[in-house]
Amino acid sequence: MERIPILKMGPYLLVTIQVDMHDRVALGLQDDLTQKIVQARAKGVLIDISALDVVDSFIGRTLADIAAMSRVLDAETVVVGMRPAVAITLVELGLPLTGVRTALNVERGMALLEAAITRREDGDADIH
Amino acid sequence: MPTFTSEQRLIRSTEDVLGVRQMVRARAVELGFNLVDQTKIVTAASELARNTVQHGGGGAVTVEAVEEGGRKGLRLTFEDRGPGIADLDLAMKDGFSTAGGLGLGLGGARRLSSEFTIDSKPGEGTRVTIVRWR
Amino acid sequence: MAEELEVLHQALTDDEAWILETWLDGQADGAGFGATRAGRGELAAHSRRFLEGLRDGLKSGGTDVMATPWEPARQLLEEVALARTERGYSPAETAQFVFSLKQPLFERLRERLADRPAALAAATWSTSLLLDRLGLFTTEIYQRGREQVIMRQQQEMIELSTPVVTLWDGVLALPIIGTLDSSRTQVVMESLLQRIVDSGASIAIIDITGVPTVDTLTAQHLLKTVAAARLMGADCIISGIRPQIAQTIVHLGVDLGTVITKATLADAFAVALRRLGLTVTRRPPVLPRETRQEPPSDSGGA
Repeated sequence: MERIPILKMGPYLLVTIQVDMHDRVALGLQDDLTQKIVQARAKGVLIDISALDVVDSFIGRTLADIAAMSRVLDAETVVVGMRPAVAITLVELGLPLTGVRTALNVERGMALLEAAITRREDGDADIH
Repeated sequence: MPTFTSEQRLIRSTEDVLGVRQMVRARAVELGFNLVDQTKIVTAASELARNTVQHGGGGAVTVEAVEEGGRKGLRLTFEDRGPGIADLDLAMKDGFSTAGGLGLGLGGARRLSSEFTIDSKPGEGTRVTIVRWR
Repeated sequence: MAEELEVLHQALTDDEAWILETWLDGQADGAGFGATRAGRGELAAHSRRFLEGLRDGLKSGGTDVMATPWEPARQLLEEVALARTERGYSPAETAQFVFSLKQPLFERLRERLADRPAALAAATWSTSLLLDRLGLFTTEIYQRGREQVIMRQQQEMIELSTPVVTLWDGVLALPIIGTLDSSRTQVVMESLLQRIVDSGASIAIIDITGVPTVDTLTAQHLLKTVAAARLMGADCIISGIRPQIAQTIVHLGVDLGTVITKATLADAFAVALRRLGLTVTRRPPVLPRETRQEPPSDSGGA
């Protein structure tokens, strides 16, 4: 069964989704990613979906789940590269994708991650 | 002039959902849909195909090229002999979900289509038909 | 095949050369189409193919020119119609291609059925009917062509009336003028999103100063555009909200959510700059040449 490769880029992990994901692949990704976040002590996850020409509610939920799991493991997630036609369709579909940060591309995504992580670390240090 | 007018495909597992997407995409391209409309109908097909597997226990989809009053369109009919839906209104609401979730499936597919009809009887199965006009 | 068409088919098969020659002569008369050698060559090729199509159609299609056996003939006529329209010929002139075939055909029918007036009348009628239908078909093709041009022009008008402007590196402005119906919104959304990809913008200012009224549908369209842009990593600011529209939005119960709104494009731009960490500083202004105190250029030395 195919597994989606996860690349380490400094403190971040990069996942490039190039195939049409079906259930087992998606679950496999969540498994691999959560493990790798802990193993590499990653602070951020970049999910590149620029190769996807369709994002349905299943993939949308998968992305939202990954963001939530990562946050629990103290990592921020940014989804990058959504195509215009996909964005328009997702809005029409009504998928809120709450809790998922987005950026235009990997470069912007990394800048966003840096800013988000700094903010969070400052916030964490602020003991109530 | 498209060379196909009607085509059927069985939907038995989630792998078939991908096949349905590819098939619908190819037909939409053939009929000359623009990119956004292609994406909408392929996404709607994906939602409904998934429902057919997860709630209908498997079924089939019929893809047809249609024409009405000069405009061209694509009609997809998803059928299954599953448990059927008792409360259609509730099922069409977003966020409603039984195990796994009909979630956005039906409501989403309707929003993405030009026309949407659903027929379902508990114990007999479900038929959902969507049309996207060019 | 009906008897009256059988005679026609026979004539087309046995006397093709003569019919073609006579028909070409009849066509070249007057119209500039057959005037040049290239023109005449193309004309001959089209005419020959049409006669072929006629024979094929007659074999099993009767006089119903929309039936399948007539497909080759119709296809040829489409080619002819498009070629002529491109060269500026009127639909009547294009239809002449078909109608001018009547004369040579009638002559041949007259010869073959000289001794049978009733049969001649029937054959002439059917032939005339057939060619009338085929001639009218060419005008329909012309109509369709015009409609496509109109649709394309309408599309261009919509695109031109909603330009996307780059205000600064990373900041786009979308001034909307007029009402936002669903088809227009779709075009607007698509061009904005494409521009975001092309320019790598992270902020888009949608200015609705030029939008007279906002109803629920328009507001929803706007919010969808904002949501789609956000999914691609760009934030939107809506500016140019007139007092009237502000009231309408609240009365309609439209939830703007987290969308930032500003009264003017200028205010929105200021916000964009702040977001990007940019600032405008004051420096001594640079005055235009004419008002500067400059020594005369032809003083030639102290």
